[in-house]
Amino acid sequence: MIPLKYYLILSAAFFSIGIIGVLTRRNAIIIFMCIELMLNAVNLTLVSFSSFFGDSSGQIFVFFVMAVAAAEAAVGLAIIIALFRNKLTINVDEVNIFKW
Amino acid sequence: MTLEQITFIILALIGLTSALMLIIQKNPVYSVLLLILHFFALAGFYLLLNAQFIAVLQILVYAGAIMVLFVFVIMLLNLSNEEALKDPFNLRKIIASIFGVVLILQFGVFFFIKAKDDLNVTISPNSIEAGSIKKISEVLFSTYLIPFEVTSFILLVGIIAAIVLAKRKFE
Repeated sequence: MIPLKYYLILSAAFFSIGIIGVLTRRNAIIIFMCIELMLNAVNLTLVSFSSFFGDSSGQIFVFFVMAVAAAEAAVGLAIIIALFRNKLTINVDEVNIFKW
Repeated sequence: MTLEQITFIILALIGLTSALMLIIQKNPVYSVLLLILHFFALAGFYLLLNAQFIAVLQILVYAGAIMVLFVFVIMLLNLSNEEALKDPFNLRKIIASIFGVVLILQFGVFFFIKAKDDLNVTISPNSIEAGSIKKISEVLFSTYLIPFEVTSFILLVGIIAAIVLAKRKFE
């Protein structure tokens, strides 16, 4: 039997990798993928707590997180396409039209 | 070692390697493929945790639908030979890495010092029932009915926003 601790350590590791990716990479699509990585790390935590306590609620939260992630990916990729059409780049360092 | 432990170690290695390679990789197409591999590893973890419904949903929704969107956008934008995406190693990157290491240290302090003996529980015998589609649908359509309806509204807003944002401007 694998204790709950190992699942939590693993999902903490996935979350940290996602954070480092968001902070270091400048490609908007890669940043998006790292956000998905972090969402999935949290999903793993929710599912492991749900299974270890024998309660379905955590898995229903995962269902909601997936729905929100799908909507977020659709909107975010539409923003990236609009950005690329106007600025011909998806490097987030060069997209500073809101900065003054 | 039991079969469960061996499976856990293999899946953990696949998940960690693919996640690390994702943030190191220069070519976004390879990053997407590695992310799909990562999602399959996570689906394996969900099966180990007796969450069959979530495991199937992970492959169908994440590895199927969402990642197709990512691949489609990357192919559409054709970024493989863009000069502007060069990623120089500079001060910002060093500071970001320091923040990441501090975060990992915080997690380490929590797991190995603060909660050293608290989290050694083993999997509940109810988990097979809790992960079954029967139990999940019962709870989803009774206790969480209103959040479920709100989810459909969020998806509708997402569809409309994607169309409005990605559409070409009117003349």
